[in-house]
Amino acid sequence: MNRRDFLKIAAASSMVNLFGFHPGALAFNTGKPDGTSKKLIVILLRGGVDGLNVVAPYGDNRYSSLRPSIALSKSEKAPLLDLDGYFGLHPAMAPLISCWQNKTLAFVHDCGSPDPTRSHFDAQDYMESGVPGQKSVSTGWINRLVGQMPTKHTPLQAISVGPVLPRICSGPTTIATVSRAIAKNKSVMDRPMIASSFEDLYSGLNDDVGRAFAEGVAAHTAINEVMDSPDASMSGKNDEMSREQKVANAGAPTPKAYNKFGMQLSNLFRKDPTVQVAFADFGGWDTHIRQGAGQGQLAQHLAPLAQGLGDLVTGLGPLYKDTTILVMSEFGRTAKENGNGGTDHGHGNVMWLLGGDIPGGKVYGKWGGLASSALHEDRDLPASTDFRTVISAVLGEHMNVSKAGLNTIFPGFSYPGNPFVS
Amino acid sequence: MKRDSNPGSKQMFIAAMTLGLVGGLSPSLNPLFMAPAQAQAGADGDRLVRPGDFGTPAVAVTTAPAATGRRAHRRSASVADASAAGNPTARSMNSDQQIVHLLNRITFGARPGDVERVKQQGIRNYIAAQLNPESIPESPEVLSKVQNTHLLNVSSMQAIAEFRQFQKERKQLKQQELAANPDTNQGANQGGGKPGKQFKDQLGDSKKRMGQELMEVRLLRAIDSNRQLQEVMTDFWYNHFNISIDKGFDHVLVGAYEEQAIRPFALGKFRDLVGATCHHPAMLFYLDNWQNSKPGTTDRKGKESGINENYARELMELHTLGVDGGYTQKDVQELARVLTGLGITPDRRQIGEGLRRAGFQGGRGRQAEMQERFAQSLPGDGKWGFFNSNKHDFGEKVVLGQRIAGTGEQEIEQCLDMLCRHPSTAHHIAFQLAQYFVADTPPPALVDKLAAKFTATDGDIKAVMATLLDSPEFWDGRYKDDKFKSPFRYTVSIFRATGTEPRDFQPVIGFLRLQGQPLYGCLTPDGYKNTQSAWLNPDALINRINFATGVGSGKAKFLAGAPLDFNQIRDTVNGGMLSPHTESVISKAPPPLKLSLLMGSPEFMHY
Repeated sequence: MNRRDFLKIAAASSMVNLFGFHPGALAFNTGKPDGTSKKLIVILLRGGVDGLNVVAPYGDNRYSSLRPSIALSKSEKAPLLDLDGYFGLHPAMAPLISCWQNKTLAFVHDCGSPDPTRSHFDAQDYMESGVPGQKSVSTGWINRLVGQMPTKHTPLQAISVGPVLPRICSGPTTIATVSRAIAKNKSVMDRPMIASSFEDLYSGLNDDVGRAFAEGVAAHTAINEVMDSPDASMSGKNDEMSREQKVANAGAPTPKAYNKFGMQLSNLFRKDPTVQVAFADFGGWDTHIRQGAGQGQLAQHLAPLAQGLGDLVTGLGPLYKDTTILVMSEFGRTAKENGNGGTDHGHGNVMWLLGGDIPGGKVYGKWGGLASSALHEDRDLPASTDFRTVISAVLGEHMNVSKAGLNTIFPGFSYPGNPFVS
Repeated sequence: MKRDSNPGSKQMFIAAMTLGLVGGLSPSLNPLFMAPAQAQAGADGDRLVRPGDFGTPAVAVTTAPAATGRRAHRRSASVADASAAGNPTARSMNSDQQIVHLLNRITFGARPGDVERVKQQGIRNYIAAQLNPESIPESPEVLSKVQNTHLLNVSSMQAIAEFRQFQKERKQLKQQELAANPDTNQGANQGGGKPGKQFKDQLGDSKKRMGQELMEVRLLRAIDSNRQLQEVMTDFWYNHFNISIDKGFDHVLVGAYEEQAIRPFALGKFRDLVGATCHHPAMLFYLDNWQNSKPGTTDRKGKESGINENYARELMELHTLGVDGGYTQKDVQELARVLTGLGITPDRRQIGEGLRRAGFQGGRGRQAEMQERFAQSLPGDGKWGFFNSNKHDFGEKVVLGQRIAGTGEQEIEQCLDMLCRHPSTAHHIAFQLAQYFVADTPPPALVDKLAAKFTATDGDIKAVMATLLDSPEFWDGRYKDDKFKSPFRYTVSIFRATGTEPRDFQPVIGFLRLQGQPLYGCLTPDGYKNTQSAWLNPDALINRINFATGVGSGKAKFLAGAPLDFNQIRDTVNGGMLSPHTESVISKAPPPLKLSLLMGSPEFMHY
């Protein structure tokens, strides 16, 4: 029985707690026993993506009446892609349909935070700190995760893509920030005389700035070395990619570079086997007006994201079987469309999971339908599955994090059991 | 900064005197603010700087250069004793350090000669002048740049009309290109073709230019304005009431918004800021209130619209009460009802009626002209939004427990009054000001004091700032150099310290984007943060060093002129007070590298 089968059986029977923690159940058939080859990519969609139009419950008879102008349907010009006869995928997500078919893509619907806030900033904060309702927690859960990974730390072991270090990655453990182009960079630090003067200037500085300097130099050196290394599996695409990277890197990341992240990120993963955890975020999901149905504003945002994820899966190649990609957003949106063809801030949302270990091809979660009585405050999904349940399942099973480790990553959270039950 | 082996400069300058923090005597006794008469009378013990003090411009130089320091020193002995008893952890600054600290916090960084100038003018007079920007003659270069920036000199309606025209041309060009070369559509996203080369060259560029013009003014003002505190406050309030250049029409409105709704009130009344931002087309568009209508409202084409609660929520969460300010989802919905109908332009029917009444004969093809004429007939020359009573919900509402009768536009003002006077708002604003000007984790006593002043003065920002700049917390040496510069502040402070300016702004704008702080580019309504945790990260620090080296070596092609002499700049950065370690590394470095090291030093990252 291989790992995938194990997860599937577990999911199907739902008798086996995925967190049984009995040694036999945790035997991996891929990678090293300590999980060193396992990889995790977390993507946060800031602004509250409308999960009810990403994985649409078109089989619910209230769905189309709640959303007269934005409901997805099979008869539209851009028809929804049926998943299981009840849920359908947004047509702009087409690049991921093959993952659904080969059962490496799953969704957990009506996921969210136990904290009811409809503030973007608080909700993101809680999803990043991993401790909903408590503003005093200053570190992010990815930082706490990396802090206890058994693998030897390397400069690029954990990376955050983008110009600032987000809260989810903040904390005492080093997480490198790499520009969105994820490419070789020119720096004055490549010139020995200048570099040695600055190194001298920052030497012995035992504070956050001193630490950032040392980490910055290490990451810069590492990424340039990695990018210089040959990549046999990509011989055909290399030229085009490096040209694009140059373009993207010359000024700064633009939204146009957004759908290239999959190619660029997978490139880094392939070239540096020590990269284990990556985080990236994308904005623009706060669709209060005219979000559209199969086409329109939401579609225009989903399409490059799905394309990027598709490229990431393809680009990871053989690494995909050891990778889990988690896509989440701070909250979902109102079940009913608002007065302007958009949706307002809601509660529960859908989480997306991709990867070789994922018991895919299923929409999981305690789905209660869209009846008025099933909705939270007659308005939005009730978030019946805690987002930490899904992340814990991935960390425990896929990243081989111990139960004690999970208690550090999500303090005060008690794992209620396997979320992969339909 | 903490350096184990080398004690930093601030430890070396611990002076015998301590300012302020006088528990029982006078809670904020700062000798530098104290005129002899006040000091003797001591009648107004808890507030040395009265609104009147800063109400009249004080630009006269009344003290000899060294007098300030001597006076401070003389007074210090008795104050220090009391301070030791009151707050043993407070740390004093000498008068030079005070000047450096003040310049660091209320300007975008000292320029060569600034320290001497403040010394001459006196700290007190300098603050008084900065709190009254109209008393300071503005740099002619800044004034002419503002006058020559098209988008700062047209009504929002005209800017929108021009942008629409641009969009129309873009669409036509795109269609032409697609017709000529259908292949360009391949691989395009849903809902739109991939623009071809001609399209990119012509219109992509012109859109970029519109925004870039506004960014240049913003940068130039921060670098060159003599009204530095006003610029710093504009940065603060813009982020508080943030809108993004990347959302539709706001591409052409961000500059006007800052010019009309933020800067004039940056040191004025908070209620005016809330009112101006609420009624400005740029905010009405950004947070969608222009769409917020009574349910069942239909437009000319029969399209129905209804409630949109986006602005109502952020108005309470971000602009006034704060997220824990004590409002509920129900309050958001009720406030959204109050705000129904507050939009950008009147509808065509109303324009037509208005113009007919005014005797204007319209006609086909003259819509834009009609709209402009109508705009000019509105109060504020079309600067502000338009309340459309047809779209307003006239039912009764209950907001924060207060019954709001359905009176129309008046309801909005009633609610803004209520929100601005709410104690949560006072606390929220006080916290943010204290965090921006004093410390990332601001001292709670200061926050309380500022909140009390805010409430007592009905949200008078100048009075609150006067209190802040007179507080022992502001002058506590523990906070000196303790803030980490945002990318914007870092960049502007480099130009100020080196006496240079960008000739070509594009690379500077690109650098800010690379640092994660594109100008006018914060997508979300919470604006940019100003804390170390938001901006310090390894990659960003290396990029700052790259930028510093480009400017410091004078090799950066975007500079208008060479930086000033190194020694002069060194005396400007922290008043020449660097850590012995930095001093020694720079002194050993080859001359062409010295300025780069200074601009890329740990000292220069802080303020």
